Amino acid sequence: MKRNRLGDRVLHLYTWLIIVWLSAPIAVMILFGFNDKKSKSNTSWQGFTLRWYQELFSISDLSTALINSLVIAVASTLVTAVIGTMLGLALGRFRFRGKGITNFLVFVAISTPELVMGSSLLSLFVSANMPRDSFTIIIAHVLFSLSFVTVTVRARVVTLDPSLEEAARDLGASAWGTFRQVTLPAIMPGVAAGAMLAFALSVDDYVVTSFVNGSTITFPLWIVGSVKTGIPPQVNVMGTLIFGVGVLIAVANFVAARRRRT
Amino acid sequence: MHAIQLDDVVKEYQSHGEVVQAVKGVTLEIAEGEFFSLLGPSGCGKTTTMRMIAGFEEPSRGVVKLLGKDVTNVPPNKRDVNMVFQSYALFPHMNVWDNVAFGLKQRGVAQAEIRQRVTEMLEIVDLTGREKRRPREMSGGQQQRVALARALVNRPRALLLDEPLGALDLKLRQAMQIELKRIQREVGITFVYVTHDQNEALTMSDRIAVMNDGLVEQLAGPREIYERPATQFVAGFIGTSNLLAGTAAAGVLPIGGGRVLVPGQDGDVSVTVRPEKITIDTAEPNGQVSAVPGTVAEVVYLGTYNSYAVALADGAEVTVFQQNAHDSTTTAERGDSVWLSWQPQHSYVIGS
Repeated sequence: MKRNRLGDRVLHLYTWLIIVWLSAPIAVMILFGFNDKKSKSNTSWQGFTLRWYQELFSISDLSTALINSLVIAVASTLVTAVIGTMLGLALGRFRFRGKGITNFLVFVAISTPELVMGSSLLSLFVSANMPRDSFTIIIAHVLFSLSFVTVTVRARVVTLDPSLEEAARDLGASAWGTFRQVTLPAIMPGVAAGAMLAFALSVDDYVVTSFVNGSTITFPLWIVGSVKTGIPPQVNVMGTLIFGVGVLIAVANFVAARRRRT
Repeated sequence: MHAIQLDDVVKEYQSHGEVVQAVKGVTLEIAEGEFFSLLGPSGCGKTTTMRMIAGFEEPSRGVVKLLGKDVTNVPPNKRDVNMVFQSYALFPHMNVWDNVAFGLKQRGVAQAEIRQRVTEMLEIVDLTGREKRRPREMSGGQQQRVALARALVNRPRALLLDEPLGALDLKLRQAMQIELKRIQREVGITFVYVTHDQNEALTMSDRIAVMNDGLVEQLAGPREIYERPATQFVAGFIGTSNLLAGTAAAGVLPIGGGRVLVPGQDGDVSVTVRPEKITIDTAEPNGQVSAVPGTVAEVVYLGTYNSYAVALADGAEVTVFQQNAHDSTTTAERGDSVWLSWQPQHSYVIGS
């Protein structure tokens, strides 16, 4: 009894340590977005201010980089969601020649080191004589996030009762009507999860992007570039806002899932 | 005009480079308003046959007709039949109302009419007041009724039911059997019912096609299927049945020191007799009856009746049901020598 209570306490302590350890960097990021810093570097606490929230877009290069990142993330997520859903459906539902190799390639795309993927993409674009800009970044982001959508959708498809689609057909729905009204809503949680993953991967990618960006600067590239001269608090604020949106989506998803269950 | 006609329908599959015939040539005519069952063990081709009527499978050969019209190559969404699936296949992201209204919406029926017909149908299946429920929030029996309503609301020419009661427990299954029959009478639509459960088929059907190994073994009403099984398979599959085989001479089949009357038969014959037609007695019976001696191997008390297993001299075992009409004492005990007898009209000579 006594020993158990001690064990419980240790477990509690350990759990809280892990939670603190995981959230400390985020807390520091949020906190230093409010730092009224006077010196160049933003590493010591000098007082509270909302100045950086007011001057969020005062560094025009940073603002452009953030907008670039968001545009690229939205575009690559949309493309990835569509192609990945089709791939996931095909792999989860049908048997066809080349299915094995397709499954293998999906796996390869996940496990390839980013360095390898970035450098080979760069040599591909150079030899194809393609100018490097937002477009090549989008292609690269679609490439490395496609597998994640494919895998989540495929997992959803294989658990789907095939008679659901037959029932829709039986009740008079066309092939497209069946997909739109029955299949897509049923696999939507998988599509949404995959798309969120793709968005997150795109927004914070540095390695692959640094190979194929040409002269286009994204949010992570700008931050890495400014490390030497000191990261301005606006970066903390933007990070905080991005994190806040992420938390909101997660909470909404959690609430929706609970409501569905009860 | 027949609601459904199958004309020598064959379904072949490619499996590991070999051609497998799931349905080997089925010819059926199902009348309008009939409750028709396809009965057989799993793998007998009954579900494949139904799926060809629904349009999910295309026959390799043969013709499928609905109300005289050839629909062999018509896709399922253009066929005027609806199906109730074994898994119900209710759309999980829609509530009861939207599930039931789905078919009418696909057909572009006017809003007002949809509202009226769905309301009416939910009343028939006793689900009024549960329109906003999701399928997962309902019991198996309720889901079953939603599936039924979703199909029937379209007023199909025929309703196809694929083992729809398989997932329900016994009590609910029996209640739903009566319910299904009532609904069928109420809406007057042809029902085609696929099942492996002989009791279900006997209880509800106007006619039954007993299928085995891709072929129809017997097509008849429940009484005839039970009383006059056409083949050994049917006799064995429907209810309990005793099979006696031997060589007959001048209308008499000698079995283990006794005789089975088989008027007009000569040579090798197989005879079936139902356990409840047999009388068990300690004395040898008189008169024009089939009579066979044996030894009681087992007596089981089953409430409404006793079941005897009687071993014959030639090693065959015969099952006898004796109703507990007056008192529940048994006529014979294990090890007793007894005589089994039955009226000649209760022996059925069958093809093998």
